[in-house]
Amino acid sequence: MLSIRDLSKKWADFSLTNINLDVKEREYFTVLGPTGAGKTLMLELIAGFHRPDLGEIWINDKNITDLPPEQRKVGFVYQDYSLFPHLNVGENVEFGLRLKKIPKSETNKKIRHTMNLLGLTHLSKRLPKTLSGGEQQKVALARAIVLDPDVLLLDEPLSALDAQTQERLRKELKDLHERSGVTTIHVTHDHVEAILLGDRIGVLSDGKLIQVGAPDEIFRKPKWEFVAKFVGVENIFSGKSELKEGLARIDIGDALIEAVTQKEGKVKVCIRPEDILLSKRPIKSSGRNMLQGKITEISDRGTTVRLKVDVGRELVVIITKRSFLDMKLGIGSGVYAAFKASSVHVI
Amino acid sequence: MKIERITALFIALGIFIVAILALPIANIFFKQFAFDLTGFLSAITDQGVLKAVGLSCFSAFLAVLVTFVFGVPLAYLLARKDFRGKALIEGIIDLPMAIPHVVAGIMLLTVFGLSGLIGGPVSPFLRFEGALPGIVVAMLFVSAPFLINSAREGFQSVDPRLEKVARSLGATEWEAFRKVAFPLAFPQIFSGAIMSWARAISEFAAVIMLVGFFPMVAPGMIWSRFYSLGLYEGMRVAVILLLITLSVFVGLKYLQGRLYAEH
Repeated sequence: MLSIRDLSKKWADFSLTNINLDVKEREYFTVLGPTGAGKTLMLELIAGFHRPDLGEIWINDKNITDLPPEQRKVGFVYQDYSLFPHLNVGENVEFGLRLKKIPKSETNKKIRHTMNLLGLTHLSKRLPKTLSGGEQQKVALARAIVLDPDVLLLDEPLSALDAQTQERLRKELKDLHERSGVTTIHVTHDHVEAILLGDRIGVLSDGKLIQVGAPDEIFRKPKWEFVAKFVGVENIFSGKSELKEGLARIDIGDALIEAVTQKEGKVKVCIRPEDILLSKRPIKSSGRNMLQGKITEISDRGTTVRLKVDVGRELVVIITKRSFLDMKLGIGSGVYAAFKASSVHVI
Repeated sequence: MKIERITALFIALGIFIVAILALPIANIFFKQFAFDLTGFLSAITDQGVLKAVGLSCFSAFLAVLVTFVFGVPLAYLLARKDFRGKALIEGIIDLPMAIPHVVAGIMLLTVFGLSGLIGGPVSPFLRFEGALPGIVVAMLFVSAPFLINSAREGFQSVDPRLEKVARSLGATEWEAFRKVAFPLAFPQIFSGAIMSWARAISEFAAVIMLVGFFPMVAPGMIWSRFYSLGLYEGMRVAVILLLITLSVFVGLKYLQGRLYAEH
């Protein structure tokens, strides 16, 4: 559907380098990366706002690399929605259709349908500055999808909203995608958003697309330390791996960790904080790794508690609030931290 | 309600500057209407005066129109693009605001005068000396910076992403300019046009040096009557010009306020 081949572009102080990506028809693809990774610039290249130095962009087997933005059939929604402030909601949504000079009856039908789809009909005469962030976002979406684009590009569309509105609109975005079926590329710096929305995720770092995969793959099996850190792996240790009886024994200096991997030599060990069990007594479970230590820090996160445990080195553990209260844990409490060999990801 | 100290200080400073600006205006109206009302009434029915004031207004309008057609696209380029020589062009645009207008007159004469760089070769078809085109060129030279700079600031205040989105919605570069950038920058363009018109209508030195006294514009007539017939004769024409300028200013500023409110 959308195919990006060896795309590179150099600006004065930033470069996008050798981007290769295939997005399938009707796919919801999220691009995850920190601020300054080049996410918006990548979308702007696809939209045709910049001309690449190298590489090609294809949509539906048509090379669009040299086409101006207006001929690409690519919808774009910016982080701040970029609604035309001098036009009301109806006029904003109508903007692209009027340019196409299609019959008024057809235009009206499409506008009605799209406004209904997004629940905007009652806002039709309002100016953008009188709308809430969530409403503005919906208008920007309506303005883009009313034109039936081949590809919809969303540039951090939820980041300017409060947490509650974000959650509601995340569901609506997913719902809208299912109903419209438009191929979507959504960039975000929020890994939860990327995982919840994306059929697949691409991780962008410093202008390079360093890993592409299913959400679970990115979340559970990051290929790079950067990706691991970015998707919330807080326990990353350097060590030396030796294979024995089908398992790897990794010496991280203060402890020996067992992992399911065939990697040998210098490795990085990644353990997600929520994959670690805590107990005041040694745990009899299938977990093959158990480390003894003391709690050094407690952060209450509402329904969960994030703990730092000194096991010779600092181990971050997230447990439910209920478990925390049941175990009557506090600073200095002695605990056992257990995790399965299969929960240890090795890079 | 208690006024805070800094606000009180700012009010006092503001009153001082407003007084300096308002006093001469109030004084000239007072003198004219209290002591020479009949002279004023005869001046506003004087065909010569009306012709000079009308010519000033019309020439200033033409100067603004020409600046608008050629200057607004330039302002857009200056706001949106980076290119070699941009600082030089910006300097050239600002220069007429910084030089004495007699100097502007001399420079214009060397280009548009009968023996000037352009004025000479085109003189069989188009004359600047002693003619309307000369008045317009002189007014344009001193007034264009106001419109161009204001338009540039107007375009700079429009988020370029709005035009990008317009392009993604099917607008060509021209349509994105016409339907998005221009209407959004228009309040500032309009404001610049008002300032430009006001500056043009008040120009004296550059017009006199390039065109001469005829056709006579309002500032020329004020000077000529003051010089040959005395203060009150000059003041009558000055008051008429002030009244017209003030009315146009107030009217246009009201319109400008409404434009800003809409955006």
